[in-house]
Amino acid sequence: MSAAFDEKIHETLTDPKLQLAIYKATGRLVEERRKSIEPDVCPDYQELRTHAHAIKRHTIEHLDHYLEEFTRQVEAHGGQVIFSKDAEEASDFVLSLAKERRAHLIVKSKSMTTEEIDLSERLEHHQLESVETDLGEYIIQLAHERPYHIVAPALHKTREQVADLLTERLGVPRETVIEKQTMIARAVLREKFLAADIGISGANFLVADSGTVVIVENEGNARLTTSAPRIHIAVAGIEKLIPRAQDLAVFLKLLGRSATGQRLTVYTSFLSGPKRGDEIDGPDEFYVVLLDNGRTKLLADRGKRQSLYCIRCGACLNHCPVYRKIGGHSFPWVYSGPIGAILIPQFLGVRHEPGLPFASSLCGACAEVCPVKIDIPRILLELRSEVKKAEAREGAGRLERLAFRIWAWVMRHPRIYEMAGMAAASLAPSESAGWVRHAPFNVGPLRAWLSQRDLPPPAAKSFRQLWRER
Amino acid sequence: MSHETVLHKVRTALGRTAAQSVEALPPARLLVPEMDVEARIRSFCERVEALAGKTHRAHSAQDARDYASRVIAGRTAIASNATILSECGITSLPGVQAGFTDRDELRALCSSAACGITGADYALADTGTLVLLSSLHEARLISLLPPVYIAVVERNRLLTGLDELLTILPRPAEQTSSMVLITGPSRTADIEQILVRGVHGPGEIHVVVV
Repeated sequence: MSAAFDEKIHETLTDPKLQLAIYKATGRLVEERRKSIEPDVCPDYQELRTHAHAIKRHTIEHLDHYLEEFTRQVEAHGGQVIFSKDAEEASDFVLSLAKERRAHLIVKSKSMTTEEIDLSERLEHHQLESVETDLGEYIIQLAHERPYHIVAPALHKTREQVADLLTERLGVPRETVIEKQTMIARAVLREKFLAADIGISGANFLVADSGTVVIVENEGNARLTTSAPRIHIAVAGIEKLIPRAQDLAVFLKLLGRSATGQRLTVYTSFLSGPKRGDEIDGPDEFYVVLLDNGRTKLLADRGKRQSLYCIRCGACLNHCPVYRKIGGHSFPWVYSGPIGAILIPQFLGVRHEPGLPFASSLCGACAEVCPVKIDIPRILLELRSEVKKAEAREGAGRLERLAFRIWAWVMRHPRIYEMAGMAAASLAPSESAGWVRHAPFNVGPLRAWLSQRDLPPPAAKSFRQLWRER
Repeated sequence: MSHETVLHKVRTALGRTAAQSVEALPPARLLVPEMDVEARIRSFCERVEALAGKTHRAHSAQDARDYASRVIAGRTAIASNATILSECGITSLPGVQAGFTDRDELRALCSSAACGITGADYALADTGTLVLLSSLHEARLISLLPPVYIAVVERNRLLTGLDELLTILPRPAEQTSSMVLITGPSRTADIEQILVRGVHGPGEIHVVVV
């Protein structure tokens, strides 16, 4: 585990206000989800998951085919598809288009993919104003932070912190009533929507058979982003494809329920190309930027490519006992929680933060709630093994490997095992709890491990002895 | 730019060749329950109200018009070009402006009007959802910019749910550049999980079933 990871975790664990905020928010989302999938309101929930998994699997296994079909369909409706191999290519496209169209102001709706490539920062670096319009994203943009949670980006901010931010950045009188804070943001952002030259959105699904970009949201900012400006650019990872619009009958039911416990989110937009002949409003230009940025590398791994089935609902974060303690900012990238723990090592390499796949109790809650049934615990185990192999190649972890070799040898030799057990029993004082922390082997790496653990004092007679005396 | 590069990388990763055929896709899963119109209306209204929307079952065009008039209450309103609105006489109510075909004019009025009024191409009974297809009759911004939103739905437009909608419209892209499903008023819970309505879209929504 890196010192930075350790430090961030420690910071989060020792901040009682933050602990309460994470606990309450994730707890509420867990409860809302649970109510929305109860058998009387969603009797076919498990079948939906099975079907969603099958569709995602099929699509990912034939991704080239669906990418080509999607491209043809977008073009048939007057839009354009741009493939980008990385963050730089994606932002270069936006920059050159903005320059050609003499654009100055860009409004953005919430998108993890644009967070992944730091699109706003890249645009602002070139003197373009890029404004996040989802309330939570707007708050964290004002605070210059990254999202704390996939669906609730400002989950860690209290109303007092929001009040300070609004006063400091917008110069408005201090306001601590949440409704009024929301209305301040609404007024500021409404002006931006009406003045913006370009709207940039993400995509929840890309529909191959119709070239449609599907966006789900509750606020209406994504609708405004994709309807008010004359240019709409959707930025999405190549894994967002689904074959048919009809498949949305499955995915939309799962996404709203898993994310916030809604049967359907307030707005679901099906966007297929620019405004047509007799339509009154909508953008004149429509672009879809399809991003690789490491996804093809991940795709090559047959065992772990299911990580790309993720529909970014955030349910695994809310249900994860580790995320609920260490929060989103402990993770070294924009993706956090169990899905982050499997995506980050695969995108950035296992040595980027070797502690990540180990930051899990492998309780399996994430796999149980995943709407597309990604086997996150199994992938975590594979990544653990990759971390250890990488360490071995670098000559690290020698002592650990030696210890495990000795352990394995002892376990295979019953006599030695029994002698070792007796030796351990003789070292232990018979009654007091916490004896392991005073035992002579409590040194070096074992010390850290034992600091949080205890063992009951050994029994006077071992099971083997009792069995023999029976 | 990287079109062929990315596609090539995808194929290599999957061990596929260009134009290689595709295995059979699992069939679409669309379940349309039996449900009479009366049950659809009841379920629809119940769901809209559960989301803090208001509903009104109009027994005549005049009744629909009166309800709309009460909601507008003398404020400014912009109506779409949906035929149902002129049939009910809503477009001729005082304060209501309609008949826009120019984007800039429409936008200017939408950003100042108190109420937006549209028809609905369909409505979904099991979720309380309005379905609007962008066209000459329905602009995108009317249901979005004004703080109060009124939708008028014909009762024979009520579908059981999303599955039935996608059975009727397997490819919405063939009809329109924009289909939107609207389920309740605009809302957020981004600050301390406190629910606030009307953050960007309308915070007040009225559905009249005719």
